[in-house]
Amino acid sequence: MSDQAKSVADSSPSAPTPAPQPGSASPASMPSAKAEVAFDIQDLSIFYGKTQAIKNVHLQIPAMSVTAIIGPSGCGKSTALRALNRMHELTPGARHTGKILMKGEDLYGPHVDATVVRRRVGMVFQKSNPFPTLSISENVLVGLRLNGVRDKAFLNQRLEESLRMSALWDEVKDSLNRPGTSLSGGQQQRLCIARALAVRPEILLMDEPCSALDPIATAKVEELIHALKSQYTVVIVTHNMQQAARVSENTAFFYMGSLIEFGPTEQIFMNPKNPQTEAYVSGRFG
Amino acid sequence: MSHHDQYRKLKSTFMSVLAVFCALLVVLPLILVFFYLLKMGFSSLNLNFFTKVPTAAGENGGGMANAIVGTLELMGLALIMGVPLGLLGGIFLSEHGSERTNGWIRFGADVLNGVPSIVWGMACYTLVVVPMGGYSAFAGGLALSFIMVPLVLRTTEEVLVLVPHAYREAGLALGIPHWKITVNIVLRTAFKGIVTGVLLGLGRVAGETAPILFTALGSTSWNHSLKEPIAALPIQIYYYAISPFEDQNRQAWAGALVLIVIVFLLSTSVRMISNRRKRA
Amino acid sequence: MITASNPSLPATAADLPEPKRWGDRLFKTITFLSAAMVGVGFLLVAYVLIQGAWPAIKLYGWSFLSNTHWNPVTDNYGALPFIVGTLVTSLIALLIAVPLSVGTAIFLTDLAPLWMRQPLTSVIEMLAAVPSVIWGLWGLFVLMPWLHDVPYTWLNKHFSFIPLFAGPIEGSGACILTAGIIVAIMILPIVTSVSREILRSVPDLQREAAYGLGATRWEVTRIAVLSYARRGLMGAAVLGLGRALGETMAVTMVVGNSPKIHASLLQPGWTLASVIANQFGEASGEIQRSVLYEIGLVLVGVTILVNIGALILIKSIETPGSRRT
Repeated sequence: MSDQAKSVADSSPSAPTPAPQPGSASPASMPSAKAEVAFDIQDLSIFYGKTQAIKNVHLQIPAMSVTAIIGPSGCGKSTALRALNRMHELTPGARHTGKILMKGEDLYGPHVDATVVRRRVGMVFQKSNPFPTLSISENVLVGLRLNGVRDKAFLNQRLEESLRMSALWDEVKDSLNRPGTSLSGGQQQRLCIARALAVRPEILLMDEPCSALDPIATAKVEELIHALKSQYTVVIVTHNMQQAARVSENTAFFYMGSLIEFGPTEQIFMNPKNPQTEAYVSGRFG
Repeated sequence: MSHHDQYRKLKSTFMSVLAVFCALLVVLPLILVFFYLLKMGFSSLNLNFFTKVPTAAGENGGGMANAIVGTLELMGLALIMGVPLGLLGGIFLSEHGSERTNGWIRFGADVLNGVPSIVWGMACYTLVVVPMGGYSAFAGGLALSFIMVPLVLRTTEEVLVLVPHAYREAGLALGIPHWKITVNIVLRTAFKGIVTGVLLGLGRVAGETAPILFTALGSTSWNHSLKEPIAALPIQIYYYAISPFEDQNRQAWAGALVLIVIVFLLSTSVRMISNRRKRA
Repeated sequence: MITASNPSLPATAADLPEPKRWGDRLFKTITFLSAAMVGVGFLLVAYVLIQGAWPAIKLYGWSFLSNTHWNPVTDNYGALPFIVGTLVTSLIALLIAVPLSVGTAIFLTDLAPLWMRQPLTSVIEMLAAVPSVIWGLWGLFVLMPWLHDVPYTWLNKHFSFIPLFAGPIEGSGACILTAGIIVAIMILPIVTSVSREILRSVPDLQREAAYGLGATRWEVTRIAVLSYARRGLMGAAVLGLGRALGETMAVTMVVGNSPKIHASLLQPGWTLASVIANQFGEASGEIQRSVLYEIGLVLVGVTILVNIGALILIKSIETPGSRRT
């Protein structure tokens, strides 16, 4: 557990700390006193039509670390995650109140383009979804290509880097032109991670990325998450509490649309402050 | 077993036999048409048929070369004019429109699909032939494209909604603009299905006679311009079928054989495409 | 600001070129306009027909629909012979095609061995692909002479006292009944495939429940399937009617093209669509052309109403979550 994660966790979720200094610190020079904040969620509520999926959530997600969101199904954890790159807006009838600040800027500001937000905040889905008509390399590069990047040498370099980052390079380097869907399930999911990483987002969101994978493939993806956190802020939704415990520094527990407790993962699992959290992590419901 | 049960069993068997009989009767006309097309048409096919234009009425010989090319040309025109509209309209239904507007557009397309094709001929006669001062290949192609638009629109929508939503989400999550995802990912994924729909539409218009009867008009010579009348197999078959000259009747069968081969080539390629899609 | 600058090689996502905001809006507008062409096409047809028919409507008024004369020399025109011809041929077609189609659909969904279903479906698709003019050709040279020589001669010999089969029969065999039979063949595929979809949409639970009560195969079909699907099958029939009303070329070639109303089915007649096909191209004078527009208007009006009826009937049975292969 890093100092930085602890210091954020110490601040109570319902009382937001003052907004951190914007700017990007390199992962190596992590200040121990003041943690970098990736997302500063202020009084966020999300509605789908008349039902309220997220209720007045205050949360500061620390940068350059892994934050897990846990909770029983239907607790709003996926909605909370999708709000971080405005994907929830794709659901008809969705609306929100409150703010999400990223480097001091409201993601929902009037002049902010959702497509730009989504480039900066990448996402990996529950079910791997490589594009079936594209090859492995095309899948990785599609985000760059369709956003106007043409330089061949640059794309090739980015392709290799991204596949190396997602620990897939050695497995696919000789079959880059095969369809993305020809890979195994675990490889497909890592391909999707490479695809998300290829545009170099600042943050990576993962929505139950291992729920469709076997234990070996899951272990690989978890290893990958460990490796990524030196360069990326990762927010992962999971219903698997062992997984949350294995991969994350901090954990947020959601229940019925509310953030019940947020703190260092160890504390949430070993010594939760809230009785509901305790009931959930000890397996008494959910 | 009681008598009543025996009666029930017997009745059930009888009805099953009746259903089999129905199926046989439905298949019968196809077999008969094929038989006669081959019998009457094949013997009338020769090199002249594929290379010569029609002779004067009453004279033997000549062929339908200009009508074969004309039919392909009209199909091409219908493709160029009809497919883009139908395709884009189908994209709107699957990617953009609200439940309500879509309901109306779908309903309108279904209604248009049911409009007798001869009416499109009347419409294009009024809108193109009269103002342009004469029958033309363009008017014929336009009339056929009117038939293609609602067909292509509906099939495009049907195959696009089958593309899993996850692909659109994945694209959007990469910050790719929606329209680029539609064009580069969704359309590409559904490409075979769309081609299938277009080929089906082409197969339908290839054999249409009524809408081109007083737009393209038909012709006994080669067509050199979109503004001139153009020959087409269905028109030529029609006039030769009702002709009093035996040699022309004979050629009508040959023309019909060629036309059905064109139509079935289209539908066979459709089946090949969709089979490959299933295996993939 | 969360925006992107524009260097050619983006180090991070924030450096990617700014998306063009009008892209999505433009694309949506273009696709919407294309979809809206459906409505434009509809208005266009209505406008063309009404405008073309206007002189005739003014001249003859409602009596056009009940006038039985058709005389280009005196410009005395009425649509009744064509309306009757269209209705009678379509009715004959339905009487023949609907039982055959429903029987075939039952065979396809409930009786045929699995290996046979796909080929048979393909055959029916092929039947649908045969162009109208080819049915006309075959009808003219094969079906019509045979009908004349065998059944018509026999009917006329033994049943000519029934007005429906009164003579004298045409030497060619061209008559309302021949047209009805050809149209029946032509609407078989659509009625069969729609009926099949309808029967497939009957939940298997229905069938299983009936079998569970010890019903025979036919009783299952009658009680569980047909009663459940009745409205949908009616929709299929009405859709077939819509097609039958508009069939043009094949009818033109076998119906005899005579603007007279006869009680006998063995006498020649004419239909709305086929009179347009026959006369529109070489209509003599403005009045005759305008009359043909009005006939087109009647044809479109009736087919659209029939099709809307069919769509409503078929929609009413489409229940989600039901299937059968």
